[in-house]
Amino acid sequence: MATQGGHGTARRQMTGLRGLERRTKVGACILAVLVLVALFAPVIAPHNPEAISGNLVLGAPDAAHPFGSDALGRDVLSRVMFAFRVSLAVAAGSVVLALIIGTAIGLTAGYFGGWVDTLLMRPIEMLLALPALLLAVSLIAIVGPGSLVATLAIAIIYLPIIARVVRGSALVVSAQPYVEAARARGSSHPATMLRHVLPNAAPPALVQASVLMGFALQIEAALSFLGLGAQPPTSSLGLMLSDGRDVLSQAPWVEVFPGLAIAVTVLAFNLFGDGLRGRLDPGRATR
Amino acid sequence: MSAPLLELQDFSVAYRTQHQPVSAVSGVSLAVNEREIVGLVGESGCGKSTLSLAIMGLLPTATRISGSITFAGRDLSMLNEEETRQLRGDRISMIFQDPMTSLDPTFSIGSQVAEVITAHRRVSAAAAQSRAIDLLREVGIPDPAARYYDPPHRFSGGMRQRVVIAAALANEPALLLADEPTTALDVTIQAQILTLLRDLRGRHETAIMLITHDLGVVAQTCDRVGVMYAGQLVETASVGELFSAPRHPYTQALLAALPTTEHSPGSLRVIDGRVPDLTDPPDGCRFAPRCPHAMPECRAVPPLAADTDGHQVACWLDPLTRAAAGGTGSSGAGDSPPLGAEHE
Repeated sequence: MATQGGHGTARRQMTGLRGLERRTKVGACILAVLVLVALFAPVIAPHNPEAISGNLVLGAPDAAHPFGSDALGRDVLSRVMFAFRVSLAVAAGSVVLALIIGTAIGLTAGYFGGWVDTLLMRPIEMLLALPALLLAVSLIAIVGPGSLVATLAIAIIYLPIIARVVRGSALVVSAQPYVEAARARGSSHPATMLRHVLPNAAPPALVQASVLMGFALQIEAALSFLGLGAQPPTSSLGLMLSDGRDVLSQAPWVEVFPGLAIAVTVLAFNLFGDGLRGRLDPGRATR
Repeated sequence: MSAPLLELQDFSVAYRTQHQPVSAVSGVSLAVNEREIVGLVGESGCGKSTLSLAIMGLLPTATRISGSITFAGRDLSMLNEEETRQLRGDRISMIFQDPMTSLDPTFSIGSQVAEVITAHRRVSAAAAQSRAIDLLREVGIPDPAARYYDPPHRFSGGMRQRVVIAAALANEPALLLADEPTTALDVTIQAQILTLLRDLRGRHETAIMLITHDLGVVAQTCDRVGVMYAGQLVETASVGELFSAPRHPYTQALLAALPTTEHSPGSLRVIDGRVPDLTDPPDGCRFAPRCPHAMPECRAVPPLAADTDGHQVACWLDPLTRAAAGGTGSSGAGDSPPLGAEHE
C-alpha cells in the first residue's frame, strides 16, 4: 500500500508553495513583497526619508508623494519603507534569538526530563509570570533605549514561550519508539537529540515563531511609540505612529500608513503561520 | 564448551515508582551461546522487554538493578556510558516490536541504516551509503539504491521491519535482541521475517535472543527457549524438550492452553487466577498462587537446576531443583513429599 510512489526515483516530498492553502500563499506572497521592500528600501524609496522640505509640510498624498508628507515635509512612503526595515529587523532578530535559545533549553529539558527539566524550566516559567511589556520596559530602563535593546527585550519575552512549546513536543517525541531505537543503534545523547528529536519537535516551534513575528512587530512598535525602541533619526513604525499622533486631525496619512503597514505585516505573519502548521507536521505531510 | 556469549546471573530489576518498587525481573540466570537463537516467552508484563532493555543498557535511571550481565567476557555493569553506547548497535543490536514507529519519520530509510554505520565506524558517507544499500538488498528490499531515499511512510510494516533489521545488522553484531519483532505484522509477513532472521543467523553467525509471547514463533525459529513468569525464569530447555516434556507447571499449563484441532471451538483452556501484582509479589515461586501443585515449600524461591541435557527448571516438584537446593531453604520439606502432591 505505502510502497507505491517513489518508483525507481528518489523523489522527496514536495516542498515549496505548491500544495499550500490559499491563505498561506497569500500570507507568503505579502511577506515576500514586504521583505523585498525592506531589503531594497534604499533603492526603491522614491525620496530620501530624511530630506526636509518646507513647502511640503503635511502635504496630502499625490502622485509624487503617494502617502503624503509629514510635519517636517518628509516623504511618508519613503519613511515607512525605511522604518519597516528597522521594525522587521528587530522583530526577526528577537524571534530568531528566542528560537535559538528557547529551542536549546526546551529540547534539553524535554529530552532528559526529570531534574534537568525542573532545573531548566522553573526559571523559564518564572520569566513567563512577569508581564511582557513590564519586562521589556524594565530591561530598557536598566540598559537604556535603542533598537538592539528592544530586540533583546522582545527575545526575552518570547524565549519562555518557545522553550515551553519545544519542551512539550520534545517530551512527546522523546517517548517515541524511534528515539529509543536510535539509542539502541548506538546514537549518543547529543546525536539523538539533534538528529531525531529536534527535527520532529521543531515544527510547532516554527509555527509559533512565525505567529510571534507578527506580535514582535507590534511590541517593537509599542516600545518605539513610547520612545523606548528606535531612537531618532533612526525611524521605526512605532516612532512614526508617535509622530503622526500630534497631527492626526490635520494630516491623518502620517498616522494611517505606518499603522496600515503594521496591520498588514501582522496579518501576513498570522496567515502564513497558520498555514505552516499543517505543512510542517511530518505525520500529515504527504498522506 | 566455550563460555556463553551472553550470561545473566541472578539478575533482578526493580522500577522505582511513586509508591512501591515494581519487581519486574527477579533472579534471572540465563545464557545465550554464540550463533544460538534463544527464545524468551512469557505473557505481557513478565519482564521480557525489561530484560532486553537491561542488556542494552537502556533502562531508565530510576531502576534498581542487581546481579550481573556478562557479554563476551565483559561485565556490562562495569562499563561507562560511552562504552555502553559503543556496544549498542555495534556488538549488540536490537529490533523493536512496532516497525511503524521505530523508524524516524523525518529521515530516509537508507540514511537511518547508514547512520548506524557512521555512529560506530570511521567511514566516508559514500562508503556508509553503499554498505547500507547492500544491507537493504540483503534483507530483501527491492531496488534498494532507489529506495534508499524514501521516507519510512512509503513502506509497509513488513518492509519497514526489514529496514529495521538491516540497521540492526549493519555492524555485524554478535548478538541481536529481537523484542516481539513480528507481533505487529500479519501472519504471512511474520513467517517471512522469521525466515529472514534464521537466514541471517546462518550467514552472519549472529546469536539472537527472540522475545515473544507466541509459542508458535518459538517452535518455528528457536534452538532453545526460556519461559518467564512474573519476572522469574521458570524453565529453559531446547525447543524439542520444552514442547515434548515440559517440567514446570506453568509451562505445562501454557502448552495445555494452546488451542489444538482436537478441542471443540469455544472451549479454550485457561490458567485460573491472575498474574500477581509486581509491587507486592508473592514470596518464593511467583506462580504458586495459581499452581495446582502449590505446597508450603513454594514460599521459598526454587533454584534453577539443570539436568545433563541442559534442561533447567525451577520448581520444588522437580527432584533436580530439590537436589540443587540441597534440602535447605525450604521449611518442612520432609513433612510432605512434594512429588506426592502431584498425584493428588
